[in-house]
Parts: sequence; C-alpha cells; structure tokens
Amino acid sequence: MRRLLRLFGASPLITAGGAVALLIVLVALVAPLLAPFPGDAGSATNPVAALQAPSLHHLFGTDQVGRDVFSRVLYGARVSPLIALLVLVIACVVGVPLGVVAGYFGGVADEGIMRVTDIFLAFPSLLLSLAFAAVLPPSLTSLTIAIAITWWPWYARLIRGQAASVAGRPYVESCRALGIPTWRILLRHVLPNSVTPLIVQVSLDFGGVILTASALSFLGLGAQDPTPDWGLMVAEGENYFTTQWWLVTYPGLAIMLTALAFNLLGDGLRDVLDPRRVIVR
Amino acid sequence: MIFYGTRRVALALVVVAGVVVLTFVIADVVPGDPAASWAGPHASAAQLARARQFLGLDQPLIVRIGKYFGGIVTGNWGTSIHTHRPVLSDIGVAAPTTLELVIAALILAVLAGVPLGLIAARWPGRWSDHVIRVGSVLGVSMPIFWLALILQLVFAQRLRLLPVAGQYDPNLVFTHPLVTRTQLPVIDALISGNWPMLTSTLEHLILPALVVAAYPAGVIARMTRAQVLDTVGEAHVQMVRALGFPERSVFGSFAMKLAWNPVAAVLALVFAYSLVNTFLVESIFDWPGLGSYAAAAVSTLDTPAIVGVTLFIAVIYVAANLVVDLVQAALDPRIRLR
Repeated sequence: MRRLLRLFGASPLITAGGAVALLIVLVALVAPLLAPFPGDAGSATNPVAALQAPSLHHLFGTDQVGRDVFSRVLYGARVSPLIALLVLVIACVVGVPLGVVAGYFGGVADEGIMRVTDIFLAFPSLLLSLAFAAVLPPSLTSLTIAIAITWWPWYARLIRGQAASVAGRPYVESCRALGIPTWRILLRHVLPNSVTPLIVQVSLDFGGVILTASALSFLGLGAQDPTPDWGLMVAEGENYFTTQWWLVTYPGLAIMLTALAFNLLGDGLRDVLDPRRVIVR
Repeated sequence: MIFYGTRRVALALVVVAGVVVLTFVIADVVPGDPAASWAGPHASAAQLARARQFLGLDQPLIVRIGKYFGGIVTGNWGTSIHTHRPVLSDIGVAAPTTLELVIAALILAVLAGVPLGLIAARWPGRWSDHVIRVGSVLGVSMPIFWLALILQLVFAQRLRLLPVAGQYDPNLVFTHPLVTRTQLPVIDALISGNWPMLTSTLEHLILPALVVAAYPAGVIARMTRAQVLDTVGEAHVQMVRALGFPERSVFGSFAMKLAWNPVAAVLALVFAYSLVNTFLVESIFDWPGLGSYAAAAVSTLDTPAIVGVTLFIAVIYVAANLVVDLVQAALDPRIRLR
C-alpha cells in the first residue's frame, strides 16, 4: 500500500489521471443515482422536449427524441469502459498462455505462434477489428469479439519475450534440475516475472481500446440505438450537428476524457515500473 | 547483412500471404450474397448464376484463394462489385488522395512534435515538460472522428475561415481546371502553376490534415523527448558540452542528430497507422480516398474491394516495418544477430 502511495506521489500526472479514471468508474457504478432522467438511457422518448439546448433542467441539452444527453453520457460510462475491460481480459486470457508456451518451450510451438501473431500484427489493429466487426452482425458482443481478436497477439508477444528471458536464467534451470513440474515453474516463476510489463501494457491499452470501440460504434458497427454509447451518440448527433452542437460535443468529450485519464495513468505507471518502453500501434 | 535481409523479406512475404488468407476467410463469412449485389435487385435466376460464375463464387474457397494469389502477382486484384471496375485501378485512384492527406498530416506532426519534444527534453521536470507531456498524451487520446466534427463546426461553419469539406472549390473546375498528372491535387496545381486551384486545395487540406496529425504529433513529441534525453546523457554529448558549445547546439544539433534515427523509425510506423485513421475522417470531410472507398465496399459487401484495400494497407504496413528494420540493421550491426 505504501508503495502504491509512493507511486502516486511520484508524478502529479498519474494522480490526476488516476483520479479521473476512478471518477469514471464511480460514475459507471452509481449512474442510476446521479442521472436526472435514468429512463432516458434506454428507449424512452419525449418528442415534445426534442433538441433542446443545454439548460439547468437539461445540463447537456436533449437529443432528437427528447432524451436527456447528460443522463445518457453518465450511463455511457457503463458501455465502452466495460467493453474495454472485457476486451483486455479476453486478450490476456488468450494471449498470456500462448506467449508463455511460445517463450518457455521455444521450437516449433514458438515459430508457429509467433508467425500467427506476425500476421495479426501486420494490420493496424483498427483495420482488422473493422473487418471483423463488418462481418459480424452489429452488436456490443460482436464489437468486443472483433477488438479482442486483434488485441491478443500483442500480449502473446510481450509475454513471450519475458518468458523466453526467464526460461534461460540459472534459477529456472535449477528448478528443472530439481524435478519441479513444468506447470509449477510456469506458474510460480515465469508468470510472476512477466506481470509488471503486462500491467503497464494493459493500463496503456485501456484508452486505446476505448477509442477503437468508440470509432467502430461511430461507424455503426457496434452499439445500436438506444444503447447510450458515446461513439454511437456522436454518430447520431452528426446529422443535427450544425445547429445542435451539444449532441456531438459532450459524448465526444467523455470519450476523450476517459481515454486521456487512462493514458495518463498508464503512462505514469510505465515511467515508474518500466521506464524503457515506447509502443506505437 | 544479406542473410538477415533475405530472412526479413521472406518473413514479410509469409505475413502478406497470411493477411490475404485471413481477409479472404473473413470476407467469405460475410452474411449476404455478393452476386446478388453485383447483378442488381431485379436480376433473374439465370443472371444471378452468370454473376456467380463471373465472380468465381461457384468455386470452393481454397480455389478462389489460389486464383487470387496468382492474380496479385499479375496485377489482377479482382473486379469491384460496387464500381464494376478493376480493384487495383480503383485503389490507384483513391490511394494518392489518401496519401496526400497522410503526408500533409505527418509534415504537420513533425513540425509540431519535434520542436515540442526538444523543448520538453531541454528542461525536464519543468512546467513546459509537463504541459507538453499532457499535450502529447492528449493527441494520442483524441477520438479523431469527434475532433474532425468539432474543428469543422468551429472553423468552417461558425467562423467561416476554412471550407467545410471536399478537395477543392468545385466552381474552380470551370475557370481553372486541374490538369491531373500525379493524382495529388496539391502537386498537380503546383506543377501546372494553377495558383487559384493551389490555394483552394491547400485550404481544403488544412482541417483534415490537422485532425489526422493529432496522433502522430503526440507520438513524435514523446519519442523525441525520450531519445534526446537519452543521448544528452551520453559521454560524447557531454564532451560537446565540456568543449563549451552553447546548450542550444548541444540539444539542437548534437543530441537531435542522434535522436533522428529512432524518431524516423516511429514516423514510418505512424504513417501506416494514420492511413487507417483517415478511414474515420474521410467521410466527414468528403475526401474521396481509400477510406471512403472502403466504407462503400463494406456497405455493399464488396469482397474483392475489401480484400484489396486490406491487402494494400497491410503491404504498406509490412513494407514500412521492413524498411525500418533493414535500415536499423544496416546502421547497427548488433540487431542483425538477434
């Protein structure tokens, strides 16, 4: 705990990013309590109040069917951040074991797994998830699958490097000499040594996944109306944008703020835990 | 070096082949019938059958992939279903337009990113460093489709400083027609001395280029800062300092010279990344490039076009990575041994 506190003390930016990230998680948890019009997050319509400018009653105005944009933005904290979490969990569950196997055993398994990741990493991740999302029927599940398919190779590769370097160390060799079963070596020695870079990478990727998910929803390949997804709200507001600026502005701000908060947090964590990595994707 | 180079090129070819198979399989799973979309809504059963045969859909997947590979080499990338033209020539028309946008964006990104990275590295830990750092993270965190809409609203619709969308003012086509030589409107206008057209194309380029530049600018600023800080600590740069060169040239000339190599490598990678980012921006700015083409292809189940665009971008991506690796291996013998 003290180590964690020192971590936050190390940089005001991690603190700021962490605070906003925490705030977003809290909003997601208690959205029904905060939202002035909880029903508007769903399919409720109120044509009389359509397209009203922001006021004290509707802080962020209302949309084309009269739903309160503020309530929908608050509920949006439950959509794309949750998708990002799911994507990263799936990507880790698939990528980490494959990476450990490739790195620890080497040989044919290594060549096979790494060539497959090469193919996946030959695409910019947005292009590949776009292709997958276009094939699947548009829904949040398809969106999650489409992004997760493109994300696991990064973790497989990251973990492979770690596992390969650990596998050659003398203490792992002595474990093997002592007859400790392989699964135990993997679990007790190889995995824990790979966790730090994984944490850094996952926290850095959180913002990226949110951006990808929003982009796909913006293109109509993810969330569908009435889901209060930020990317979808921007897309729906685009038609009214020249006169009703609030429809696009606020959901987009929410995307940016969320991505920024998690990126600052991940960036700070990397500085403290793993200073020598810069990654582009 | 020759061994390393051959190996890397061979691996790149394997990757591209894998990309083709992968996209083909993805495109094959698409629910819907490309033949129906080719033949039109009122086609008879016989017409449909003829369309299937023409598009090769009556053959098994494995045969189609095999034929496609043969076609890639001979320049036959299939026929687009929604434009009814060869995919390769469609890409040939759309790609330069996108390329112009990405190159303009990368120029802006380098012009902003490198100096900002240098300033941040010059006084690390100071307020300027923090501000630039938040700025660079902000660039990377920007949902660019949203940024595009906001800039369009503020600068084009409200302030009326810049045009809303398109590549140039359509009225100029009558008074100052553009002579197409390179498919890049800005270059075409420049080499034919068409000044009104040049001004118009540049005005239309500013907003989309700014939007696409957000991400690479952030990455470049950050990379420059990290690299310059790295090299400034090294002995030979300390030596330059000890010799009494002013701080300005220690950073600007000596440290930056060493930092260029990794910064250029990152540039090659963000180039391919930005190519895909234009997919989100082109429809907003009515920019007739690859992104608009791909969007139309996706909505019409145009398999040959989807596979073609994906292949094209994957080839560029793989080639960019390959060039970076080869250049760095040529400069640094240690890499070849890995």
